[in-house]
Parts: sequence; C-alpha cells; structure tokens
Amino acid sequence: MAYSDKVLDHYENPRNVGVLDKDDPNVGTGMVGAPACGDVMRLQIQVSEDGVVEDAKFKTYGCGSAIASSSLVTEMVKGKTLDEVAAIKNSEIVEELALPPVKIHCSVLAEDAIAAAIADIKAKREEQSAQKESA
Amino acid sequence: MSSLNIPIYLDYSATTPVDERVAKSMAECLTLQGNFGNPASRSHPFGWKAEEAVEEARRNVAEIIGAVPKEIVWTSGATESDNLAIKGAAEFNQKKGKHIITMKTEHKAVLDTCRQLERDGFEVSYMDPMENGLLDLEAFKKEIREDTTVVSIMHVNNEIGVIQDIAAIGAITREKGILFHVDAAQSPGKVAIDVDEMNVDLMSLCAHKVYGPKGIGALYVRRKPRVRLEAQIHGGGHERGMRSGTLATHQIVGMGEAFRIAREEMATETAHMRKLRDRLWNGVKDMEEIYLNGDLEQRIPGNLNISFNFVEGESLIMSLKDIAVSSGSACTSSSLEPSYVLRAIGRNDELAHSSIRFTMGRFSTEEEVDFTIEKVREAVQKLRELSPLWDMFKDGVDLDSVEWAHH
Repeated sequence: MAYSDKVLDHYENPRNVGVLDKDDPNVGTGMVGAPACGDVMRLQIQVSEDGVVEDAKFKTYGCGSAIASSSLVTEMVKGKTLDEVAAIKNSEIVEELALPPVKIHCSVLAEDAIAAAIADIKAKREEQSAQKESA
Repeated sequence: MSSLNIPIYLDYSATTPVDERVAKSMAECLTLQGNFGNPASRSHPFGWKAEEAVEEARRNVAEIIGAVPKEIVWTSGATESDNLAIKGAAEFNQKKGKHIITMKTEHKAVLDTCRQLERDGFEVSYMDPMENGLLDLEAFKKEIREDTTVVSIMHVNNEIGVIQDIAAIGAITREKGILFHVDAAQSPGKVAIDVDEMNVDLMSLCAHKVYGPKGIGALYVRRKPRVRLEAQIHGGGHERGMRSGTLATHQIVGMGEAFRIAREEMATETAHMRKLRDRLWNGVKDMEEIYLNGDLEQRIPGNLNISFNFVEGESLIMSLKDIAVSSGSACTSSSLEPSYVLRAIGRNDELAHSSIRFTMGRFSTEEEVDFTIEKVREAVQKLRELSPLWDMFKDGVDLDSVEWAHH
C-alpha cells in the first residue's frame, strides 16, 4: 500500500503542529476519535473578534492519512470565517490528498474535528456575551 | 553504511527470500536439460530421476522433524496442510465425536478451517492464551470432552514468536486418544522438533518461511499408530491417496534443500538471531512507555514484537520507510480491527494499534539492526511530538477515564 506523495509530504513536513492555550477565550478546541479506534485528532483554532480564523494547530494520533488530513485542515481554515470553515467538506480533503476508499474515514474525522472546534469557540463566545450582559 | 540494502528487510516471519543454494537446486529441475519428468511416470528414466529427487527431498523434510519419509505428504503450503489435517481428521473421525479444540491465537488457516467445520455441524472451542501467549494446560484439560477428536495448536506463533509447550500438550492428547495437529510453519531451523517426543499426530510445514519457495509445503501424518484422513483433493490418488495432483519436482526439491540447510545450520543460525534480536531490544528497551508483546524467553530468537504507546502503528511503519516490518495495527490490515493475537493476550486496543513486529533472518546484519534502532527512536519521538495522547500522558491525565467523542 503506497502512500500518495501529498500524504507523505504532510507527514515529513507537517503544518502547524502544536498547541494553543485551550483556556484562551479566543481559542476553540475540538478533540475527536478514540484510542481504541486508532485515531484521535485535536484541532485548535484561534479566532479573531470578528470570527476569522487567525491561527490553527493540530496534534494527531493515527495513521499517515489521519495525520495528513488534520495537517491539511489547519492550512485550509486559516484566514476563513467560521461559516466558511464550517462549510469545508471531507471530500475536499479526500481529493487533495488522494485518499483511497479505506482511508476516507480519516477525512471524516478531520471534518468532525473542525465541527467540534467551532462548537467550542461558539459556546465560549455565547458564555462570554451572557456574562457581559449579566454584569 | 555502504553495505546497507535499503529498504532493509525485517519481516522474515511474513516470508523469506529463497536461499541461493535452494534456487540453484530448483533451477536444475525445469528445462529439457534438467530433471523435468513427472515423478509418477513409472515407465522411463525421466520419471524415475524425478521420483528420486522427490524422495531425497522427502527424507530431508522427515529428518528435521524426527519422522520417516513415508509420513510426509506434499501439499501447496501450510494453509493447505492445515485444511487437510483438520478437516481430514475431523471428517474421518466424526462417528467418534464432533468436538475440536484450538486457540484464539492460531493462524487464519486454522481458524477459518474450524469456522468452516462449524458450518458443517462440528463444535469448536477456541481457547484463550495466558498473557504470555502460552496455553494454560489446566484449562485445556478441563476443555477436553468425550467427543473431542482433534486438537490443533501451533508450535510458534507468527505474530509474537511465542513457543508453545507442544510436548506437554501432546502428552495430554496421547493419553486421551485425541489426534493432535500442530501448525509448525514458523518452526523449522529455529526450534527443535521431534514428533515422537512431542506426541504429535499431524504437523503442517511450509517452505517459504525457511528460505524455500512459496507454493509448496508438507503435512506429516503419523503411521504408528496410523492416522487416517479424508482426502480433500481427489484425482489420481497421489501421496497414498491423501493428496492428489502431479508432484512439482522443482518445488519439492527446493523445499528439501531448504530443510536440509535449516537442519545443518540451525545451531549457528539461532545463535546469530539471538544476538541480533538482543541487540535490537537492548537498543530500544530504555524508551518510555514501550511494551514487549509475548514472553521474552519462550520465544523464537529472531522475533521482537513491541507496542510503542501513544504512537499508532501504521504511522510508525510509514515513518520507518526504509525498513520492512509489520504491525498489529488495524490500519494495516484491511479490516479496521487490531491484531486478534495481541487482543487475545490481553493487550487493549491502543497497545494493539501501536505494535510493530520485527523479525530477523539468515541475511540480517548488525548494521541493519543499528540502523533500525536509530530510525525507531527517531520516528517514535517525532510521532509522540505529534500525538495528543502523549501530551495528555505527560500532563498526568488518566486516558482510561477520558470520555472520547466516538464517531
């Protein structure tokens, strides 16, 4: 089973590996998957006041395709608004990385990670505005 | 570094390259100038010469297991031998009983054969190994019933290299009058085999794990006391009616030569394997959070199966791109389930996903082992830097207590 060049590239030169401060009010953190399944992705996005993704970081426990999918996602989200990010489909990841059928679930997990990160930042923002209102 | 053949092959348990001496002996049995006759042709020298070569090979295979040549039946490989032994014995003895005992850690050739027999109305007990991979003899005795006719236990496990105490199991089955089949595909040349001492009735062997060609194997079938089997392949009655089909002289000669070499060179080769294996283990054992799968002592000398916690197996293999190894990770099998062998010895899913099997062989060198140690340490470190689980571990989080968002 040979890997596509793109997948190998993301592994050799992963983009945006790292950690953002999950307690930072402008950071949304999404962690999906489970060790028992062999795939865990943590995606973090730094979002400006007006809802644009300024920075993104990831860490992944999983096969080469899973690592590449999450690495690619951190590239795809930078500079986009939250709505644009939410519209990213796993099929775009599959195409870009030339993932074979047996690895499509890696791209689905990456899509789930995005959704989880967005949900987290939205929840934080709602809480913040709720707090402001009650103050 | 200049003598390194990249990629390095450390997957000898999957298959072995054919030894040059073996290839030469096979090449002599192909063309018009060679020994190409049909060994069953009784009426001319072409047949007689081929038959002679086949019988010489038969002697070599018999000798390494302590059998006589008449007890060796040629097959297309250990998979076919497993089928012939288990189905053949179960079917022949079905009036006596229809219960079979085997282990969860057996090769698919045994497990799937048993499943097929279950579809045909037989009952099979699949026993769990202990954590070190060995069969619990007390539990085994309890599993035996009045209607048990066949027991099938492999000698050396292909994934974790563990060696079963075949003699102890054979003593039990002999006493109960039950047929004992042993899949010994991984054993010749690595561990001593004596079918009489071990009380084995049927033994599966193949050439391609012993520096012989793929596509040829043998089944040992005891004659004293006589073991009878229902043939699975019909047509001509070759091999005393047990396995029909023209004998492939070149394949058989190859297997015979491979087994002769294995017998003669076993002592030096196992010493070499042990040295290399220990070198590899010593080069990595101080790493944090790594687990050896299977017993270190009751193990063939060239096998090492290690789980590297918090790193997934397929990504590790991808990262070790200049080294050929295999993994117990689900990603590398075509199902999404981790190694059933590792699960059976009690490894949880994470550790089964994180395992790598290194198997050394006749042509492995110290240089290759040193290269491997370096690459493994580098790769594991890099992948742990990428791993959220490693972060959590370092932060003191108990991963078992986390609620994961499954998809």
